[in-house]
Amino acid sequence: MRWLRRNIIAIIAIAVLVYLFIPIAVVAFLSFNNPASKFNIRWNEFSLDAWTNLCGVPGVCSSFATSIGIGIIATIIATVLGAMISFALVRYRFRGRSTTNLLIFLPMATPEVVMGSSLLALFLNMRFPLGQVTVIIAHIMFIISFVVVTVKARLQGLDPRLEEAARDLYAGPRATFRYVTFPLVLPGILGAALLGFSLSFDDFIISYFNAGTLVTFPIYIWGAAQRGIPVQVNALATLVFVLALLVVLVAQFVSYRKRKSVQAH
Amino acid sequence: MSTAEHRVDDLHLRHLTKRFGETAAVDDLTLTIAAGSFFALLGASGCGKTTTLRMIAGLEDPTSGSIHIGDLDVTNVPPHKRPVNTVFQSYALFPHLDIFENVAFGMRRRGLKDVNGPVMSMLELVELAPLARRKPAQLSGGQQQRVAVARALINRPDVLLLDEPLGALDLKLRRQMQIELKRIQTEVGTTFVHVTHDQEEAMTMADTVAVMNSGRIEQLGHPADIYELPRTAFVANFLGQANLVEAEIVSASAEVVAQAHGNTFTLPGDRNFAKHKQVIVGVRPEKLTVLDHFNAHLVPDSNNRVTGRVTDVSYAGVSTQYVVRTPWEQDFIAFEQNMVVGDRCEVGDEVVLHWSPSHTFGLDGTQDVNAGISAEALEETRAASSLGGE
Repeated sequence: MRWLRRNIIAIIAIAVLVYLFIPIAVVAFLSFNNPASKFNIRWNEFSLDAWTNLCGVPGVCSSFATSIGIGIIATIIATVLGAMISFALVRYRFRGRSTTNLLIFLPMATPEVVMGSSLLALFLNMRFPLGQVTVIIAHIMFIISFVVVTVKARLQGLDPRLEEAARDLYAGPRATFRYVTFPLVLPGILGAALLGFSLSFDDFIISYFNAGTLVTFPIYIWGAAQRGIPVQVNALATLVFVLALLVVLVAQFVSYRKRKSVQAH
Repeated sequence: MSTAEHRVDDLHLRHLTKRFGETAAVDDLTLTIAAGSFFALLGASGCGKTTTLRMIAGLEDPTSGSIHIGDLDVTNVPPHKRPVNTVFQSYALFPHLDIFENVAFGMRRRGLKDVNGPVMSMLELVELAPLARRKPAQLSGGQQQRVAVARALINRPDVLLLDEPLGALDLKLRRQMQIELKRIQTEVGTTFVHVTHDQEEAMTMADTVAVMNSGRIEQLGHPADIYELPRTAFVANFLGQANLVEAEIVSASAEVVAQAHGNTFTLPGDRNFAKHKQVIVGVRPEKLTVLDHFNAHLVPDSNNRVTGRVTDVSYAGVSTQYVVRTPWEQDFIAFEQNMVVGDRCEVGDEVVLHWSPSHTFGLDGTQDVNAGISAEALEETRAASSLGGE
């Protein structure tokens, strides 16, 4: 009883972690399966087929590539636009500034079903052909909000005296931006871009409405789920997870080394 | 770093005014700061000293008035084109650049190619050369402060502005940096304009101190002159401490005689700034001598005197501070050097305070006697006096 009381926090923490990671572990585990039926849900026998033959099933790799491509394009455009919006919102006083501030949050608060369907209605009304372009436009729309929120926070946290110091030290407006403001805001912009990419890669609802015949990775999985998801999907999903984990670990390691070297002196 | 090749000019502020809405942060300031001098702008927060500094730097546009360096009008010159550099409060070092690049920043922006030599010799001047490749976050407060000075000075500005540069340091380091800054100033011969709220810092470092209050300069001069002969109650209270008594002038010639609460005070005519009969008679606490009332006959006849009862004695090593309550319920403060061992007055003792007329000053009686004392300090003395009165 006393043992339980002393370790209750650890036990709950482990339970929560297990709860969080069981689905991912199952996906990864089943990527080494050779399923008996077309549904990969019961363990049958160990096999590396899915890993050695990642693109073995038609549509898997092409949809994966489509999603990556859309993610990159949408992220770059949304990050550039979002960063510029953030600078305008933080640095300039203009008419409608507070309204813009509010409106920029709206896509985050709108249910995806509403946004996806209304965008579809818009594109149909304009007789705009559905496909890659419409999906990218839709993704840019919601990524921008996240970029603005992240970059704005970074900009507001920036000590205004740093830019004043630059101006005082013979840097004109352009040089101040290039050598001081931008390098200091860059980590925020990169973080926003990473977040934006993962949001785009992951998105199903809005994409599904506006994709037409285009098949993104989430749409492919959705379709495959009816007929039985190929093991390759597990392998690719595991791969994405491991990559994301690596990015986080490297970031942690870098900041740990930085902190350590600061403490050392 | 020879000063001969680098000609510096006086800095002139003419009718400089800065309004934020209705309030004037700086109000019609006219001032000349001599080339090569160490000038301190002293005042409480909100007195306009930092706004003045920012206008000289070009970071704030004046509402009216002009700023000249020598004959050059820089009033409308943007900050990056002014021959002026600033040491910012809490330094504002660029966190993403190392120490070397921080110091080299100004030279690089001016397109100078050969920065290595000057940067290293500047880092040597502030004794930081071995740390050139560290990031600012890896340095102590005092080291960061020196980088900030080096980063500004390397550009050989006509005027170096220092905005509370020592505010973030602890007391001991602050004393050390005061001496260090003074040494650097003497070495490079640049005009230093130093903004501070610390009166001791201003007095120890500067050749000339300007005491600022609500956007105007109350008094300007050599630290000792201002301290010994303040012209307003604000200066008397803000720069050190003062005992001020509201009195009425009864005769004025080469010697001024004033009366208050049955006491008569005399002071030299040239130390009196009261224009009418109303006067504030003042004296600095260290000019007072404290005598037990049994020894009252020892007071020279010509001296000014006040009787009272000791309500507080604090021993501080080099000196002892007495608080003496007068019959009209005013607290006098007296500092006495601890020349004698033992035989100090104690709380409750009836004493006589006396001082020479030549240490007495007279201020215009129409002003607030408590000007320049912070609201908290006033509250404290009030609380203390209500306790002592019981």
